[in-house]
Amino acid sequence: MNSPIELQPDETFILNVGPQHPATHGVLRVKMEMSGEYIVQAETVIGYIHRMHEKMGEIKTYPQFLMNLSRMDYLGALGYSHGHVLLIEKASAIEVPERAEYIRAITVEMNRIASHLFWFGAFVMDLGGFSPLMYALQDREHILDILERVTGSRLTYCYYRFGGLYNDVDDEFVSATRRFIPRMRKSLKKYHKLVTGNIIFRKRLEGIAPLSQEMCRKYGASSAVARGSGINFDVRKNEPYSVYPEFDFDVPVFHECDSLARYNVRMEEMEQSLRIIEQGLDKLPDGPIMPVKKPKLIKPPAGDYYQAVETARGSFGIRLVSDGGKSPYRLKLRSPTYSNMHLFDEACRGMLITDALAFMGSLDLVIPEIDR
Amino acid sequence: MVTYFSEIYHGLISLFVGMGITFKEFFKPTVTVSYPYETLTMCDRYRGHIELIEDEEGKPNCVVCGLCERACPSNCISLAGEKPEGEKKKVLTKYILDFTTCSLCGSCVESCNFNALTFSKEYNLASTRKEDFIFDLLKRLEDRNK
Amino acid sequence: MSLTLLNVIVAVVIAIGFAALNAAYLVWAERRGAARIQRRPGPNINGPFGLLQPPLDGIKLMAKQLTIPGGADKVLFVAAPVLAMFPAIMSFVTIPFSETIVAKNMNVGVLMIFAFASMGGMSLVFAGWSSRNKYAMMSSVRAVSQAVAYEIPMLITTITVVMIAGSMDLMEIVRQQSGSILNWNILPIFGTSHNILMPMSFLIFFTCTLAETNRAPFDLGEAESELVAGFHTEYGSMGFGLFFMGEYANIVIGSCLTTILFLGGWNAPLPFLSFIPGVFWFLLKLYMLIATFIWIRWTFPRTTIYGLLNLSWKILIPLSLFNLLFTAGLMKVF
Repeated sequence: MNSPIELQPDETFILNVGPQHPATHGVLRVKMEMSGEYIVQAETVIGYIHRMHEKMGEIKTYPQFLMNLSRMDYLGALGYSHGHVLLIEKASAIEVPERAEYIRAITVEMNRIASHLFWFGAFVMDLGGFSPLMYALQDREHILDILERVTGSRLTYCYYRFGGLYNDVDDEFVSATRRFIPRMRKSLKKYHKLVTGNIIFRKRLEGIAPLSQEMCRKYGASSAVARGSGINFDVRKNEPYSVYPEFDFDVPVFHECDSLARYNVRMEEMEQSLRIIEQGLDKLPDGPIMPVKKPKLIKPPAGDYYQAVETARGSFGIRLVSDGGKSPYRLKLRSPTYSNMHLFDEACRGMLITDALAFMGSLDLVIPEIDR
Repeated sequence: MVTYFSEIYHGLISLFVGMGITFKEFFKPTVTVSYPYETLTMCDRYRGHIELIEDEEGKPNCVVCGLCERACPSNCISLAGEKPEGEKKKVLTKYILDFTTCSLCGSCVESCNFNALTFSKEYNLASTRKEDFIFDLLKRLEDRNK
Repeated sequence: MSLTLLNVIVAVVIAIGFAALNAAYLVWAERRGAARIQRRPGPNINGPFGLLQPPLDGIKLMAKQLTIPGGADKVLFVAAPVLAMFPAIMSFVTIPFSETIVAKNMNVGVLMIFAFASMGGMSLVFAGWSSRNKYAMMSSVRAVSQAVAYEIPMLITTITVVMIAGSMDLMEIVRQQSGSILNWNILPIFGTSHNILMPMSFLIFFTCTLAETNRAPFDLGEAESELVAGFHTEYGSMGFGLFFMGEYANIVIGSCLTTILFLGGWNAPLPFLSFIPGVFWFLLKLYMLIATFIWIRWTFPRTTIYGLLNLSWKILIPLSLFNLLFTAGLMKVF
C-alpha cells in the first residue's frame, strides 16, 4: 500500500503547503494537487526569501562581499566562505600559508558536523520523535562553543580572509576539539541505537521515494541525494582542492536509493568528518596565518574563474567573471539545494502526503540557500 | 513465516533498546541555563557591537582616517572629526554606528591601523524602537569614563 | 436507604474528582517527564516545581474565545468534546481501588468499561464531521479506523483473561491473582493461567491501549495529519481543553484496566508485604504504567497510517487469537 499507485486524474483538490511551515525547512511553498491522500502533482514555488546576493556581489568590493556567503546557508556557513576565498585566491594568485589551510579544513569539517546534527534533529522531529532533536542540538552546542571561542560568532561566521584567517587558533582550541571527538563518537553510537535501529523509523523510511541514478543525474543532484543512489561523486575526492589530498577518508555511498540510504550517507559523513578533524589536528603545522606579501587592494585580472567545494548540502560552485576592477563583473553562486529540491516535483507523484514530507526531510533543504 | 517472527522479535528488541537510552538520559543533569535567573559570560573574542578604545587620558585613539567607514559593507559607520588649531592630528567629534544594518563582519576592526575599535560583549539588547540601535559611540565612551 | 444513597453519591463524586485531578496533573507530569528526558528543567516557575502550572493553564484556556466556525453543526460541535470526556469519567465508577474502595461494583464490570470506551469513538466522528473542514474530516476518518482496528485485539486479550478468571467481575479477576507476584496474570507458567504466552498478551493489550488513546507512536489523529492539528483543528479554548483532559482520563482508565487484568490490581507482590494497604499498590502500579506511557511518547517517532493498520490486522489480531485458543486448550487439558 505504500508504493505509488495509478491515479484517476479527476476529483482532485489543491492543498497549499504554504510558505509558513510547521517544519523547519524555511519559507517554501508547495502547491500539491491531491486526490484523497495521494499526491497527483506537486509544484514547489520559491522566491520568498530572495535577497539579491548575486547583485550585491556586483556592487560590493571583494572584501565587502565576505559576509554575504555566511547568510546564504547559515547552517553550514564556513563551507561557502571557503569556496569564495579559494576562488579569489585562485584568481589573484595569493599564496595561502599551510597553517591557515589546515585550520580552514578543520573548521569546515566541524561546521559540516554541526549542520548534519541540525538536519538529523529536524528530520526526526518531522517524523514525530522529539527527543533526538534535543540531544542533537546539545552536541551542536559543543561545536558552536568551540568555534565561538575562536571566531566570535556562532552561526554566521566571517572568519576566512583572502590569504588566510582573521585570527589564529590557540592550544585551547586544539585541546577542546580533541576532547570533543570521542564525545561525538559516543553520541553517534547513541543516535544509531535510538533512531537508526528503531523499527518504527525504519518502516517509515525503507523503500520511500526511490530516486534512480538517471533522475539524480538529470537534475544535477549532489551530496547525500546522489550518494544515496549509488553515484560516487564527492568534490573533495574527484576535484580536490585545498589540503584535502593529504587526508585519508572514505566517501560513503549506498545503493538502495531510498530515504534510508540518504539518511545513512549523512550519518556516515559525520564519522568521516571526525576522522578528517583528527588527522588535521595531528598534522597542524606552525607558522603564520596570513601571507607575508598580501596585496592591499584585491583586483583579480580579467577572466573567468570557477571553484567548486563540497559543503554539507552538496557541490557548491562559485563563478567569477572579472574585468579587472574593484568589484566583480558577475559573481554566480551555484546552489546545491536548488538542484536537489526540484527532484521533489517529479519524485513525489503518487505518494502519500506523509511519505512526501518524510522525503522532503531527507533531502535536507535550506531555503535561503535556494533563493539566495 | 520465519521472517515474520524474526521481524517482530528484532523490532521489539530495538524498541526496548531505544527506551533504555531515554531512561539513561532521564537521570543526567540538565544542560540548559535558566536565563534570566542565571547568565553566562561571553568569551574574549565574542562579537558584540563595536566600541571605541581610549588612551590613558580617556580620549579615543581614533584619528578620523575613515578606513572603517570605507571598509564597512553595509554603510553603518559615519564619523566626523575636526583639526583644532595648532594640533597635528584630527580629533574625533562624531562617531555614529547604525547597528540595524551591521552584520558583525569585523572589517572595521580589522582595517583600523590605530587600535581604535574593538568588539564589545553586549548581547542583551532588546528594544521596541529602531532609534535605540543607532549608537553614538563617542557618547558611550564618555559615559563609560565618568 | 438514604445512607447507601449518600455512599453512592460520595463515591461517584470521589471517582469523578480522582479522574479530573489526574487529567489535570498528568499534563504537569508529562511536561516534567518529557523535559527530564530531554535534559531540561520543564515548568518550574509557577509554584514549587511548577505545580501551579495546570490551574493557570486552565484559566488561560477558559479566558480564550470559543469560536464555532460558521456553517458548522452547532449541536455536534459542542457535544463532541463532552462526549470525549464523559465515558472515561463514568468508567471510573466501577474500578476497584482495593478490597473495599469501589464506587459501585458490577458483575459485568469489564463489559461496561468497554461499552463506554466504544462511545469515545463517537466523539472523533462528531468532531471531524461538524467542523466543516476537509482536513479535520479526513483525519477523523483515519482516527476512527485506528480506534476500530485496535479495539479488536484488546477485546480478544480481555476475553483470554476473563476465561482464566471465570468471571467478568473486576473484583473477582483481581482476587484470582491474590497471593504473591507469581499468581499475577502477566507471568508465564506460574501464573494462574499456566500459559507461557501471557507476557505477549500483556504487550498486545498495552499497545492497544496506546493506540486507543491516540498516544504516540500512534498519534496520527492529532499531530501530523496534513500538517494541521487533526480532528480537533477547529476547537479553541475549553473545547480543546476538554479533548486534552479526555485523552488523559482515557489513559488513566486504560492503565487501570491493564493493572487489574494483568498486574494483580491491589495485590502486593510478596505475601509479607500485605500490611501496606492495597490501594497503595494499585496506585503504584497505575502510575508506573502511566510513566511508561509518557516514556514511550518521547522516545519513538510516529508510524504511518498503513503501518499502524498493518500492525493491528496482520500482527496483533493473529497473535491474540492464537493465544486465546492456546489458553482455551490449556484450560481444557489442565
